[in-house]
Amino acid sequence: MILLALTLSLVLEKVILISVILGASLGIAMYSTWAERKVAAIMQDRRGPNRAGPFGLFQPLADGVKLFLKEEIIPTVSSKFLFVLGPSLAMLMACMTSAVIPWGPDIPKADGGVISLQVADINIGVLFIFGVVSLGVYGIMIGGWASNNKFSLLSGLRAASQAISYELAMGISLIAMVMMTGSLSLREIVEQQHGFWQDGWFTWNFFKQPLAFIIFIVCAFAELNRAPFDLAECESELIGGYHTEYSSMKLGFYLFAEYINMFISSVILSSLFFGGYNYPFMDIVAANVSPLLVSIIGVLVLLGKAIGFILFFMFIRWTIPRFRYDQLMNLGWKSLIPLALINMLVTGAVILYFFSPK
Amino acid sequence: MPYNISHKAKPVDRRPMNFMERIYLPGIAKGLKVTLGHIFQKRPTVNYPEVKRPFSSTFRGLHILNRDEEGRERCTACGLCALSCPAEAITMEAAERKPDEMHLYREEKYAAQYEINMLRCIFCGLCEEACPKDAIYLTQTFAPANYTREGFIYKKEDLVLPLTEEMKTKQNSHQN
Repeated sequence: MILLALTLSLVLEKVILISVILGASLGIAMYSTWAERKVAAIMQDRRGPNRAGPFGLFQPLADGVKLFLKEEIIPTVSSKFLFVLGPSLAMLMACMTSAVIPWGPDIPKADGGVISLQVADINIGVLFIFGVVSLGVYGIMIGGWASNNKFSLLSGLRAASQAISYELAMGISLIAMVMMTGSLSLREIVEQQHGFWQDGWFTWNFFKQPLAFIIFIVCAFAELNRAPFDLAECESELIGGYHTEYSSMKLGFYLFAEYINMFISSVILSSLFFGGYNYPFMDIVAANVSPLLVSIIGVLVLLGKAIGFILFFMFIRWTIPRFRYDQLMNLGWKSLIPLALINMLVTGAVILYFFSPK
Repeated sequence: MPYNISHKAKPVDRRPMNFMERIYLPGIAKGLKVTLGHIFQKRPTVNYPEVKRPFSSTFRGLHILNRDEEGRERCTACGLCALSCPAEAITMEAAERKPDEMHLYREEKYAAQYEINMLRCIFCGLCEEACPKDAIYLTQTFAPANYTREGFIYKKEDLVLPLTEEMKTKQNSHQN
């Protein structure tokens, strides 16, 4: 049995794909910082960055250069190895999640094979994402611990307990969905949402599991440490939270990891609930244009959905005030987890009574 | 009865939240409606160095020492502007006009030194009103930033109206 046939073309394909995905997610994360400032400015009737280049489009480059050139300070009382490990881990975990995401339909090759637009089609893609995302909080925890600063430590504690609390609800809400799809492979889940309308109902999982979607997106906000759940870095209580002691590009890594995470979770949200690279009337489009173009349109559709979610994350951040810590815990444990459990039970019962093979 | 500072205070609504308020999502939608509504609102900010707001027609800015139509300085160093100045920002030193300076100064006496301290000046415009010779005017510009206090003391050469080409030719013709 051959588990993996390594050929040069396969390795080449994957290397190119990985570098493109990494570059794209870094670029999108870069411009998310710009977009965030613009969104904030527009919502507050300001203008936002507009000095560097047209519409301030070179602002992220200027910020990057600034972060690289700033003095790097490692506190003498910190544990140096862990202090450096923190941001590295945060960044690594942020980039790793993109490996199992199907970015678009397969591109057929001349010799009959296909180029898969997914780095690794593992059959436990959803589990992989959960694993990596929960590892991501280690970056914050280690950074908060290694700083040897009480505010950082408190922030690390908060981030960890918040992540644990919300991961439960997130996982349970997804179990209901996985019961319907019958697969943990992201490729499979996306393929099942083919098109938009079939057999008298929407194919997208959002219309099949709206409650799971709401629970999932609330938990995604919490996992991302973004407003209204950004208790780990709330300035008014904890100065900068876990990155109080960080400077230069190590601080940049933390901030950047947050934006990469935001992009990746937007892609995951659109893949799991909004059909990934599927769009209405895609069969008509596929019949009329070349297969390469079909793949490109698919990728663009996925990116469009992801950018929509990123904007939604930003709108929410600049709209809702931060939760208090006890409110956060109450929401997680007393509302979301029971809701997710009920959703799971109801879904299971419905599948058992109406859709089980006789 | 609790003590009220004013009669405007609204009583705080302490009723327990109803179901719609407790599920929180309608509140978020309401908030989003407010913030997203601001996308279409006009922004009051002006892109300053590129776009400048017009001053009012009565704006009083930096001073200028006027010339007559032949390019001669109008100031006769009478000191009325310095006298009228409530901030004591103006100092000057008078000198007598020489016969070969007829084309430079309009009156027999002129200001050899003329200084206005823009940090003292309150731009009230009383110097402009006091001047019997129409020699000092307040313009529509303001003093730009400077690194030193000395930089804000404007000398005569900073204040006097620059010569136009027409004035120069007239001056030259008078000289000859």
